[in-house]
Amino acid sequence: MRFLLVEDSAQLARAVCERFALDGHAVDHATGLNDASAFVDTTNYDLILLDIMLPDGDGRDFLARHRQAKNKTPVIVLTARSQVSDRITLLDLGADDYVTKPFDFAELEARCRAVLRRQGGAAQNRLEFAGVILDPQEATLTANDTSQNLRNRELRLVEIFFAAPAQIFSKNHLMDRLFSLSEDVSENAIEVYVGRLRKKLAGTGAEIETVRSLGYRLVARP
Amino acid sequence: MTSLLPKGSMQRRLVIQLSLIALLLSLVLFVIVRGVAERAAADTQDNILAASATSIADALFAEGGQVRLELPYSALSMLGTISEDRVFYRVLVDGETLTGYDDLVAKAALGVPKQPEFSTFEYRGEQVRAVVVTRLVSSQSHQALVRIVVAQTRLGLVQISSRITLLAVAIGIAFFFVATGLSLWAAHSALAPLNRVAGAVTRRGPSDLRAVQTQAPAELVPLITALNSLIERLKSSLTRSEDFIVEAAHRVRTPLATVRTQAEVIHRGLEKSKNKTALREMIRAIDESSRSAGQLLDHAMVNFRADQFQTEAIDLRKLMAETVERLSPTAELKDISIITQDQGGDFDFDGDPILLQNALRNILDNAIKYSPADSNITVTLARDAHNHILSFADQGRGFAGANLSDHLQRFKRGTNVNDIVGSGLGLTIVDEVARAHGGLVEITNHTDPKGGGACVSFYLPLV
Repeated sequence: MRFLLVEDSAQLARAVCERFALDGHAVDHATGLNDASAFVDTTNYDLILLDIMLPDGDGRDFLARHRQAKNKTPVIVLTARSQVSDRITLLDLGADDYVTKPFDFAELEARCRAVLRRQGGAAQNRLEFAGVILDPQEATLTANDTSQNLRNRELRLVEIFFAAPAQIFSKNHLMDRLFSLSEDVSENAIEVYVGRLRKKLAGTGAEIETVRSLGYRLVARP
Repeated sequence: MTSLLPKGSMQRRLVIQLSLIALLLSLVLFVIVRGVAERAAADTQDNILAASATSIADALFAEGGQVRLELPYSALSMLGTISEDRVFYRVLVDGETLTGYDDLVAKAALGVPKQPEFSTFEYRGEQVRAVVVTRLVSSQSHQALVRIVVAQTRLGLVQISSRITLLAVAIGIAFFFVATGLSLWAAHSALAPLNRVAGAVTRRGPSDLRAVQTQAPAELVPLITALNSLIERLKSSLTRSEDFIVEAAHRVRTPLATVRTQAEVIHRGLEKSKNKTALREMIRAIDESSRSAGQLLDHAMVNFRADQFQTEAIDLRKLMAETVERLSPTAELKDISIITQDQGGDFDFDGDPILLQNALRNILDNAIKYSPADSNITVTLARDAHNHILSFADQGRGFAGANLSDHLQRFKRGTNVNDIVGSGLGLTIVDEVARAHGGLVEITNHTDPKGGGACVSFYLPLV
């Protein structure tokens, strides 16, 4: 996925870009509205993350122009303002969602995901491994002409494995990606979700293998 | 608000001053009326006395060198027409009494004055008014100087005078009362514009910060101008503090967001679980402070809006659906399903949509926060005879503590939630929003075979 981040704080922008990069997304950074317009004119983005208070203007004006130009790229507003009345104006102006700073990255990711799902399309995001097809938009796993629905965490877990088959993921790494940092979870919570996934993969060409003392990996059944 | 203790009353002062003036005028009126009337009465007596004396003088004639008089009785009877007063007379010819009372002596000038001379003196124990008319009567030998003195007691005049005094007093009192009544009316109508301005300011709603535009007399214009400039300053100070809150939020939240995101990135790269735990605690502290800041701002906003309460027509069903949609990504993160149960009917309500949305979001946000993963939150739209009831039941740990309603108090949190970030303001905000709409919040622990938990019900009165 390719995102555009419009944010004037260089440190925050760098951290957000880095954090998205960890999940395999490419993020372009615009420091102001002029930059943002230039980026939007030349590149097709899947999603725009927009700050409101910018040195060269109000992000809401950009949003209004963006919608007037019939540009359909979804916009999530990053706002430091928390008054509900502000939120209502934002949604009226055509923002798809908003996140109040400071944001929980897991929540931001979830909101991006929800907005992209609502947007529909993007069938090229389907992943296939050993005859099993993962459709992240529909949250389904299809093998042998039977589809199974995935709950949110199952989907995120299976996405991690499908994006890098055969790579070993440690429990710690998986926990970081599955749970919000503000949640208290024990390590065997991962075992629960891996167990569920194994059930859903039963009878297909793929399975999740335990690599003793290292973690898990996705492999084709022999 | 402290009430002002009034120092004196303009209306009372005005009435007292006008009444004193009326009293003074009444006294002057009394004195003038009595003076004029008594003068008129006295003049009447004098005129009759003069006429009487003159008619006696006209009856004088000379006969055989002697001055003779045939007293015309009409001369004395005309004096009886005005009162029952006694009448005395004396006619002197060259100092000798011709007829009448010998001891009746009245002051008279020497010679022959053209005009009758009047005087007042005591005679036989009574006040009398006397007139002297002097004539020269010619006989063959010489001219005789004849003085006619006619006197009358003043009892009738005193009677008339006391009647006049009574009348003057009556006129004075009547004038005083009429003038005082008029001054009351004048004071009231002079102060009426002041009351009108006060009424115009009192009647306006608490959020009405427009300038006062009431029609007012010139004297009140400085007061209204001062009031308007105060309103203007208040308005700009309110705007400034709102701007300040927004600006402050931006200044605080952006660096917090940077720290939090960087901490997350570092957390991902760390291997040692001890370091990971420390960083996690740091992130929680950031969450806690940002959440508290957010809730404090929300709380201030709720108080602000509840103070200047303004309503519009709202569909609670739609509001609920929006709230659920807004929070579903957060719920999905924990595989929590939000199930909506709708008992049908209309859910139209007059309220402040921003306040209500804030309240519903707070309740649902709480429910998600305290729900375990893979659980359900049931949202119910129902109504009883008097209320719309919006309830949120989760399968979490429920409310702990002896008195559940304590949770609605500011900064009071349950005894079983130390491991979860919270400000203790969420339910306080919800409670304040409910009160502002004439409703209430009920918090209970429900027992459901599939798993009990907390249930928050938001009651709003039917329109």
